[in-house]
Amino acid sequence: MERLRSLAGPVRSVPLVRHLLVALIAFLVVVAIIGSSSQYLQTRYAEMAFFAIAAGGLTLLTGLSGQLSLGHGALMAVGAYAATLVLERTGGETLADVFLALLVAIAVCAVVGVIVGVPAARLHGPYIAGATLTLAVAVPRLANQWDFLGGEQGLQVPVPRAAELPVWIQDLVWFFTAAEIDQYSFLAYLGWGLLVLAFVALANLSRSRVGRRWRAVRDDDVSAELAGIHLGRARVVAFTVSAMCAGLAGGLMAMNVRLTAPGAFTITLSLTLLAAVVLGGLGSLTGALIGAGVLAFLPHFATDLGESVGLSATQAAEVTPVVYGLVLMLVILLAPAGIVGSLRTFLARSSLGSTKEKTT
Amino acid sequence: MRTTARRAVQVVCVLTTASLLAACGGAGKERPSEDGTAVGVTDSTIKVGAHFPLTGPAAPGYSEIPSGHQAFYEYVNDNGGVHGREIEMVVKDDAYNPTNTSAVTNDMILQDEIFAMVAGLGTPTHRAVVQRLNDDGIPDLFVSSGSLQWGDDPASSPMTFGWQPDYEIEGKIIGQYVKENMPDAKVGLFLQDDDFGEDGEKGARQFLDSQIVDVQKYTPGGSTDFSPQMSSFKSKGVDLVLGFNTPSYTALSQIAAQGVGFKSKWFYSNVGSDPALVGGLLASMTKGKIPAEQGVKLMDGMMTTEYIPGVDAPEDEWVKLWQKVWDEYSKKGSEKLTNYRIYGMSQAYTFVQALQANGKDLTRESIVETIEKEGASFEGPGLAPFRFSEDSHMGISGASVVELKNGASEPLTPVLVTDIGDAEIKEDDSAASDAPPSSGLPE
Repeated sequence: MERLRSLAGPVRSVPLVRHLLVALIAFLVVVAIIGSSSQYLQTRYAEMAFFAIAAGGLTLLTGLSGQLSLGHGALMAVGAYAATLVLERTGGETLADVFLALLVAIAVCAVVGVIVGVPAARLHGPYIAGATLTLAVAVPRLANQWDFLGGEQGLQVPVPRAAELPVWIQDLVWFFTAAEIDQYSFLAYLGWGLLVLAFVALANLSRSRVGRRWRAVRDDDVSAELAGIHLGRARVVAFTVSAMCAGLAGGLMAMNVRLTAPGAFTITLSLTLLAAVVLGGLGSLTGALIGAGVLAFLPHFATDLGESVGLSATQAAEVTPVVYGLVLMLVILLAPAGIVGSLRTFLARSSLGSTKEKTT
Repeated sequence: MRTTARRAVQVVCVLTTASLLAACGGAGKERPSEDGTAVGVTDSTIKVGAHFPLTGPAAPGYSEIPSGHQAFYEYVNDNGGVHGREIEMVVKDDAYNPTNTSAVTNDMILQDEIFAMVAGLGTPTHRAVVQRLNDDGIPDLFVSSGSLQWGDDPASSPMTFGWQPDYEIEGKIIGQYVKENMPDAKVGLFLQDDDFGEDGEKGARQFLDSQIVDVQKYTPGGSTDFSPQMSSFKSKGVDLVLGFNTPSYTALSQIAAQGVGFKSKWFYSNVGSDPALVGGLLASMTKGKIPAEQGVKLMDGMMTTEYIPGVDAPEDEWVKLWQKVWDEYSKKGSEKLTNYRIYGMSQAYTFVQALQANGKDLTRESIVETIEKEGASFEGPGLAPFRFSEDSHMGISGASVVELKNGASEPLTPVLVTDIGDAEIKEDDSAASDAPPSSGLPE
């Protein structure tokens, strides 16, 4: 028993080990779920994965560093276009092409993140929101300016075919799930694999010195500065990390949607991401995941529900945003700290209650 | 350890919730029967799907097309279906946004498991899914758009077929008419900034290259104020505007032209010229300053093209059939038959005709083969015959030029038939006299 405890020690105390362990278990569960799902569900899971990556980056920025960004849709657009342009040139048929495209998307977004983050670091609250809102409105329109970006009709995105994936991946997937990998399950595995990696990185970052600095800056910038924290630097780093997540999410989105067009990156996307973050619980990665799940499943669920109670297709299409809005309002009214935030408070309270009972 | 455990519990919670939600979404769908010959086909049903703008700026008019399809399919189903199979149509909203089109098409293929896409609407929207449909070998029949790409290269898109006259031949017919009848007109082009405008311009320039003095473009979903474009036309002395645009933009261009005092002759391509719809749009966009009746009046003297008979010809045998079907099968009795519903029913007629010709053994490959082999001889409401063959998947081959008076169209030319490229434009009224069979069902 003692030995077991001494073995469990580092797992408990070292965040990286702990996070990696949880990540590994989560990924195995995910592989099992994806492997046994229909192709339709696999595309939904893939959608949930890229929304979760973007929301994870945003929740870190807004929840930990206290900067409200309304421009993450634009950053996703940058990532999507970067990835698409790379895939167009390389043909996008092999796994290497896919990773190259995603890396380029992340890198380009990191650069954009620094460029936007530096001036944004001087702004507070509503002013950052305003500045990033401009980004959300202006950036997707750039596609109409240059022909190589495809204009309103957008660019088609080539995706890898299952037959062109390395054999060892095909074998591995066959071994674990007893199902052949196809382009749908491939995108779902890819999305969730990267989601798990990104969340481990973000969780670690937020537990590290960098994360503590962000919290200090968010809570009281004057005392943070007195404690020797460089405000601007902390904020720019936060913005850049968040932009990189948005870039990765944008690249994955391009592969899933198979089309990169300005119509995908409207201001609504930025607001929806923020809504997902608020819905799940600001600052919590689990919250971001839940919020992304709601984003990926609720609209379809609402449309199907509408059609199953006998609404016409038009009415069902119109009812979807209403249901979405209602859910958002209900969460804000009943669980103002978001789903995860309120759940935490509830758990804390009930565990408090049980200890009281024991003592009396 | 507590936090780890809690985190693990959270993760599991999320995944369970997600899969539960998902399971709810997937519940209730029917798997294809084992006797069926293809996905989406059983011994008693055929399931097809299409994307339409049911919401958003392109919805007025276009959202009525699927109701025409559904009414006609119900009529067919009540009369025994096609080879014993009833036709069911799934309609999904893409709000005329290509990204949504890609998403809802994915749903139709994987969730609804459609046999074929029939009449998916829009040039930029449908373009986003053509590759996908062809890769997966799903028939993509009778696209509701006149872009060339649906039919000019069957080798790269073997499953895709057009239906209406393409914008290039429409541009050619318009161009030749203007050149012959208004040789001194200074022409301004008003174009949707995608393949729609591009194809139309290509056709028109074959005849009008020297007469075109200005080209203005718009992006769907972008700015709605066209004062700058109309001012540009005015300053360049344009006295005839050719519009390759959707109905909302016909209304918007008219409002802007009034605003800047630009007077001109107008020639809108078929897509943007429905007088009843544009009149209604003018009324709603100006908040009643231009009442709908006056809006329809405003369209007097405008020229456009016509390739199927519309509501303004109630004595036409086809329109009588559509009226009968609509009166009997419209879900909401209060709604009137419109040109868009007629468009939908006319497409549905062609689809039923193809299924009928295919015979009982229906597969995704066989329906394509049937249309290639027999499509050119389909008799239907179209004023000109289809061009379907192994080398061309282009739709109706011609149209006549008409002028609008009091919301009705008066022909200025006989039916003009041609093809893309240098093909000559010929007068050919032969298909215009086709009448529907007495049962109203294709034979």
